[in-house]
Amino acid sequence: MTKSAKAENALELRDLSVAYRVAGRNRAVLRNLSLNIGQGEAYGLVGESGCGKSTVALTVVRYLPRNGSITGGAISLDGQDVMKLDAEALRRARAESVSMVYQDPGKALNPSIRVGRQLTEIFELGGITGKAVEDRAVAMLNRVRISDPTSVMQRYPHQLSGGMQQRVAIAMALANDPSMLILDEPTTGLDATVEAEVLDLIAQLRQELSASILFISHNLAVVSNMCDRVGVLYAGMLVEEGPTEVVFNDPRHPYTVALLRCLPRGGQRKDQGRLDTIPGFLPGIGVDIKGCAFADRCALADDRCRSELPPLYDLGGRLSRCFYHEKAQALPRATPSDVAPAPKAAAVPVLRVAGLNKTYSSHGHALRAVKDVSLDLRPGETLGLVGESGSGKTTFARLLLGLVPPDDGGTIVLEGKALAPRLENRSDDQIKAMQIVFQNPDSALNRSHSIRHLIGRALKRLAGLSGKALEARLNDLVRSVRLTDRHLAVKPRQLSGGLKQRVAIARAFAGDPRIVVCDEPTSALDVSVQAAILNLLADLQSKEDVSYIFISHDLAVVRYLSDKIAVLYLGRIMELGPSEDVFSGPHHPYTEALLSAVPKLDQTETARIRLDGEIPSATNPPSGCVFHTRCPRKIGAICEQQEPPLSEAQPGHSIRCHIPYEELARLQKEVVTEPA
Amino acid sequence: MSAVQTTSPTPDDTRKRGPLAEVLLSLLRSGTFLTGFAIVMFWVACALFGEHFAPYDPLADDIINALAPPSAEHWFGTDQIGRDVFSRVIVGSRDILTVAPLATLLATVAGTALGLLTGYFRGLVDDVVSRILEAFMAIPVVIVALLAIVALGTSKTTVIVVIGLSFAPIIARTVRSAVLAERELDYVAAAQLRHESAAHTMFVEILPNVIPPILVETTVRLGYAIFAVATLSFMGFGIQPPSPDWGLSISNNYGMIGGGFWWTVLFDALAIASLVIGVNLAADGVHGALND
Repeated sequence: MTKSAKAENALELRDLSVAYRVAGRNRAVLRNLSLNIGQGEAYGLVGESGCGKSTVALTVVRYLPRNGSITGGAISLDGQDVMKLDAEALRRARAESVSMVYQDPGKALNPSIRVGRQLTEIFELGGITGKAVEDRAVAMLNRVRISDPTSVMQRYPHQLSGGMQQRVAIAMALANDPSMLILDEPTTGLDATVEAEVLDLIAQLRQELSASILFISHNLAVVSNMCDRVGVLYAGMLVEEGPTEVVFNDPRHPYTVALLRCLPRGGQRKDQGRLDTIPGFLPGIGVDIKGCAFADRCALADDRCRSELPPLYDLGGRLSRCFYHEKAQALPRATPSDVAPAPKAAAVPVLRVAGLNKTYSSHGHALRAVKDVSLDLRPGETLGLVGESGSGKTTFARLLLGLVPPDDGGTIVLEGKALAPRLENRSDDQIKAMQIVFQNPDSALNRSHSIRHLIGRALKRLAGLSGKALEARLNDLVRSVRLTDRHLAVKPRQLSGGLKQRVAIARAFAGDPRIVVCDEPTSALDVSVQAAILNLLADLQSKEDVSYIFISHDLAVVRYLSDKIAVLYLGRIMELGPSEDVFSGPHHPYTEALLSAVPKLDQTETARIRLDGEIPSATNPPSGCVFHTRCPRKIGAICEQQEPPLSEAQPGHSIRCHIPYEELARLQKEVVTEPA
Repeated sequence: MSAVQTTSPTPDDTRKRGPLAEVLLSLLRSGTFLTGFAIVMFWVACALFGEHFAPYDPLADDIINALAPPSAEHWFGTDQIGRDVFSRVIVGSRDILTVAPLATLLATVAGTALGLLTGYFRGLVDDVVSRILEAFMAIPVVIVALLAIVALGTSKTTVIVVIGLSFAPIIARTVRSAVLAERELDYVAAAQLRHESAAHTMFVEILPNVIPPILVETTVRLGYAIFAVATLSFMGFGIQPPSPDWGLSISNNYGMIGGGFWWTVLFDALAIASLVIGVNLAADGVHGALND
């Protein structure tokens, strides 16, 4: 592309306002948003869901949904006024100078067209023909580090893993050498190991390409690793902006301060203090905001904040929209940090699992989803289950609950009594003793029923209550998960994600359970809401002495809540031990790789261990140690031939690896992996 | 401080309305639905009060005026024994508007029960019941009707049962696929973890969530049922004389078209067409409102 002279900024938004028309009324989503992205710069946009991040991305190329309109301001792309472009010029701009990569690569690719065809199409539109098209496509796939491009081009999107799909989507976005690349949550649906891969790729491509990047993410750590500058968006307004490191290490807006405090960091644990939360809710879309948008949730706010919109103060290379930006970090905690001392876990386990297996049959092949899992859980203890998707975490949880019957032979013993493999054959006391909080409350709560019915029914069935007693217990329960009476009459869809998850937690606790399985309970939630839910779970645990089996892909969250960790890979326990030992190491090479993949806010540049390739198919697991195909510390033929036993390296800490514990300790000392 | 109220857990005031109110509102905004609904209501009014505003007794013959063409006196002309066609068309909606909705209701109730059963239990129950339903669907309605008439005799009840049972498998199939999708949701697992009975899970947990597709399928089936009733009447298996039923009238008079007496058939045919179109428009509107 030959452009006479590059404009100073790749993208300039000037006083941009965008509204969505809902029920006959224009509702403001973006309010006088101004920002610049320099040539070759990577700019991160962060904020909670509903604050307008994705709207910014769509507005840049005027790609708003039908009910959306730009109500004011200017957009300039490489010096070109986007608002003045006619349909054809706009089409060209979208085709040639701006590219987007979305969250879900599975939806961005056409499922019925081969990957190669989808790629070559872009070059053909650009006027290239014949053999050259094919070559360009191969070159593009090489560029996104796909090792055998010709075979990938023959495949359909569903035949590729999530990481591969996202690489292809990135290749397509880069095909026309765009000057502006918009990445909207590009790694959100991916496993940590795959996320690390994709982020590395984007970082490498930045060196090779001239493109400027607008990187949108709710994940502060990802943005802090990827971007030069960051803007914090709240209720459609920029509240803080500046160089990434400066903003995250020295935030000058109470919202940024509060957001950073919600994250469990630096190996924080539940017994060391509660996470801070942000009280209240994001203002609804389109409400009139007189003063500072954050004033209602800000402990520093006074009358001035509520009546007068603060300007964007220029603090020398950085901006903050707060009257009290110099004392923003003095923001009082919304949640006291003190915690009640956790009761000492009793020695007698509440749950003993021995030799649990689950084999599915898939097209005539045996698929071993869970293989020979044995572990104990004591009262009041949390067991964290970690591993990539497909490692068998959820299947294991479903086996425990009886939703899926295990293979013959294994035993599950709850409070000294063996549990029947099937739910139907378990006693009422046994089912109420083990309940679950599902990942997605929209799926877990029946949308036809009111909150009162949902919790009331659980109390009736699990606690055997009725009439006055039920009513009294219902009120207690609702209050213990910090809901109020006015939430009872509504249906789930009228509640926010965090409130729905509280209802699900209340329901799980209805029958005074001994064990609650939490299957990614916070992964669909914003960080401030996640913090509140984690605090709630920790409080309920210390009050009720309940045990948790906590599944999450977010290692910092697992570490915060767990006393004990089991690392799963292809249905096998690779490492099992006390949380602190597993995280601080020496640990199994797989654990080491998982920990190293997590993007961290407090980044000290460390050599990272990358896992190549994908988790192998469980229908045809590798011989010997199942991890040997991806293991960065493979020692030789023994790894391919013999499956190592899960041997106790330290009291209570077992590792399934041929490398002796002392050797692991020595190897891992060389690379100091910063804990999550 | 106006912003405080907005930070309630229901930040978006469009969500305050219940789902039912939202559907009704969107129906009232749909031109398609309103048009269809108006047509259907017109015929319902004719069925209920037709007698009172029809100019003549639909059954009264007037042999001297037989086969008179449309005129100011007889807007739609008269038939071969001199009955007023206009009055007959108006009152003729009564039987079809009783039989078709009742048949559809029977089909919906039976189909929903079968669909819930097959979709919830899956496996062997599903295989067996579904194969039987498929076999049933393969027999043409007319043959079922013939057999039923032989067995039960001609009556409105026979027509209702025949059409109801012929349509039930189709509704069952729609309900089954909706139930299969619902069954995968975690609230069903949560019900199992409370040891709920299968009946409770099917009817209290799942059924309310599959009402929208059932409603759509029912309205669509109603259009087909009207068509089927008219067809059966035309063939002599349905509504019996002396009812001024449209299908029956066409059957009695279609021989006259050759003689140029088109008005004895055309208006009944248009009546059937308009009712079917009206129901289908309304069904379209319902579909649109529920799938927004």
